[in-house]
Amino acid sequence: MSDFTMPSLGADMDQGTLLEWLVSPGDRVHKGDPVAVVDTSKAAIEVEVFEDGVVGELLVPPGTTVQVGTPLARIDATGSGMSTPAASPAAPAPSVAVPRPPRSSVRATPLARRLADELGVDIDRLGRPGGLPVRAEDVRAAAQRPPSDQPAVEQRPTEPPSAVATRHDSMRATIAARMSRANRDIPHYFLSSDVDLGPAMRWLREHNLPLPVAERVVPAALLLRASALAAAATPELNGFWVDDGFVPGDGVHLAVATSLRGGGLLAPVLHDADHLSVDALMAALRDLVTRARTGRLRAAELSDPTLTVTNLGDQGADSVHGVIYPPQVALVGFGRVADRPWAVEGLLGVRPSTTVTLAADHRATDGFTGSRFLALVDHHLQHPEDL
Amino acid sequence: MSSAGRPTMTYREALRAALREALREDERVFLMGEDVGAYGGCFAVSLGLLEEFGPERIRDTPLSESAFVGAGIGAAVAGLRPIVEIMTVNFSLLALDQILNNAASLLHMSGGQFNVPLVIRMTTGAGRQLAAQHSHSLEGWYAHIPGLRVVAPATVADARGMLRPALDDPDPVLFFEHGSLYNTSGPLEEDPAPVDLDHAAVRRPGGDVTLVTYGGSLPPTLEAADHLAAGGVDAEVIDLRTLRPLDDATIMDSVRRTHRVVVVDEGWRSGSLSAEVSARITEQAMYDLDGPVERVCSAEVPLPYAQHLEEAALPRPDRIVAAARRLLE
Repeated sequence: MSDFTMPSLGADMDQGTLLEWLVSPGDRVHKGDPVAVVDTSKAAIEVEVFEDGVVGELLVPPGTTVQVGTPLARIDATGSGMSTPAASPAAPAPSVAVPRPPRSSVRATPLARRLADELGVDIDRLGRPGGLPVRAEDVRAAAQRPPSDQPAVEQRPTEPPSAVATRHDSMRATIAARMSRANRDIPHYFLSSDVDLGPAMRWLREHNLPLPVAERVVPAALLLRASALAAAATPELNGFWVDDGFVPGDGVHLAVATSLRGGGLLAPVLHDADHLSVDALMAALRDLVTRARTGRLRAAELSDPTLTVTNLGDQGADSVHGVIYPPQVALVGFGRVADRPWAVEGLLGVRPSTTVTLAADHRATDGFTGSRFLALVDHHLQHPEDL
Repeated sequence: MSSAGRPTMTYREALRAALREALREDERVFLMGEDVGAYGGCFAVSLGLLEEFGPERIRDTPLSESAFVGAGIGAAVAGLRPIVEIMTVNFSLLALDQILNNAASLLHMSGGQFNVPLVIRMTTGAGRQLAAQHSHSLEGWYAHIPGLRVVAPATVADARGMLRPALDDPDPVLFFEHGSLYNTSGPLEEDPAPVDLDHAAVRRPGGDVTLVTYGGSLPPTLEAADHLAAGGVDAEVIDLRTLRPLDDATIMDSVRRTHRVVVVDEGWRSGSLSAEVSARITEQAMYDLDGPVERVCSAEVPLPYAQHLEEAALPRPDRIVAAARRLLE
């Protein structure tokens, strides 16, 4: 018998609301089956069970908000009739374990912490120079600043999260908090390269010709594929900055920044994107984006991204200088693909091109590594047949 | 006469006045110790008392701390009210067996049948170039022992007013007089009220930082508070007065207002009275602290003879000021 616990669906999540049970006591479940729907501040997520077994007692009723790690249900892994007795009764920790930044990295006095709780001040935003501890005085000063000056405090919905407006507000608040933290904590550097997409577009046209419309590959898939391969070759950009040090990712898990109807962003994850063929990547992308926009992602699809890619698409700006999503250390941006004048061998021609940008954490890497990454993206896009 | 119209008196004279009063008012009271009689006490506290009260009640003893403290315990159990003087706290270790195993334990070991109404006076502390065997502050050790009350008058008024309640206490009271205080002087009422031995005294009210101290460290601590005040820091100074049992309420009340504490103790830091005070503050007022509990103690060395080295080893005002400023940084 083991516990099925509230998973962490991202580095910024420390509690979630159970919306719905997809199973009942006595149901047989297999690893990977969705068993519950959990609401985070961003979306309703289907969470999967991580072992085979029989659902025991459901410990948390729908509508309850609990901390990450709280047992939600009992799973009897030794239930009779187990088809896979090899399934370890002591289920390994869910793979959604994400390197989390420490609960509070700021040094503060006990009084300061107590006051921060009482006054609703986020003490993590009050670091003092030279590593001096945050004192009561600093907290009081922060509490007296007008709200507009105050760093965004993460808010999570307490009302039923089906209310779209609430979800929207809380998503905005979450984005605000994350991005404020990113801009405050991460020393960004930005690089950009213009990439000739002529070969890639030609290849794509030929590749798509025999395919039914529903299976055709869009340029974004090629760009993601090229990014994944480049990330695999520059592991220094593919991972996390945790506790003052770089932790490499255990694979290339690309988060794809996806804008939602009505505003807001989600970044579902393409796991091991460097091992997916272009077609497989396209299929995964189509599925992910569709479900992200209908608000039915699974837990694993939001977990442990190692690098985020944002693609502004055909309607977008020429280039994007993004903000890194902590604790990741880089963000790749693609501007729109457009025909532009292009000099080749002394002659001016017109080529489809895009500007690829890299925002990277200067604590983890220097411009040399970033340049190498951009050069690799360019290289891969010049040889689409190898992608 | 002081400006307030009250007579001033030295700490030494205040102690003598208290002894004289006790000897006059209660026939059972007598003073004994090395050189307390003919010589007048090695710090001249008992000067003149032999002539006034005679050798029956002002008794010189041999150089045998264990013997005369044990005799004091016996006299107390037998119904007298002895005041035993030990020259310095360093020498009291020779009588530690009597103090710990008998004076502090008899009430418990007799099933509550025998109190030991004994007062033991000792000089403690450094600052007078008397070297390691005469200069230590070991009262924190005695404050460790259950069954004792340990007091340390720091002012002339307390020197005058603490002896009577100490004699009234049915249990052994250790009375620590810091050697550097004997020549200090201050105003004193003609007929002062007895001092309340259960409560610490707030010697100077303030709101920015609490300086907890006692005995001979009170003057440098008050001096530090003056320095801090000149810099705009309003320090509250608490004089513990009684080291066992500690008056937690007064300390915590102050900490909850100031949120910062410096404990000043002339003892050695490790395992000291200041360690006990600090631990109690973290136990009882942790969430009111806006910084670590700072301690200013003596250097952990046998106290040196050389004046500049002795000075360097002791908690001087500049070190107290620096500790308080660190908390306010």
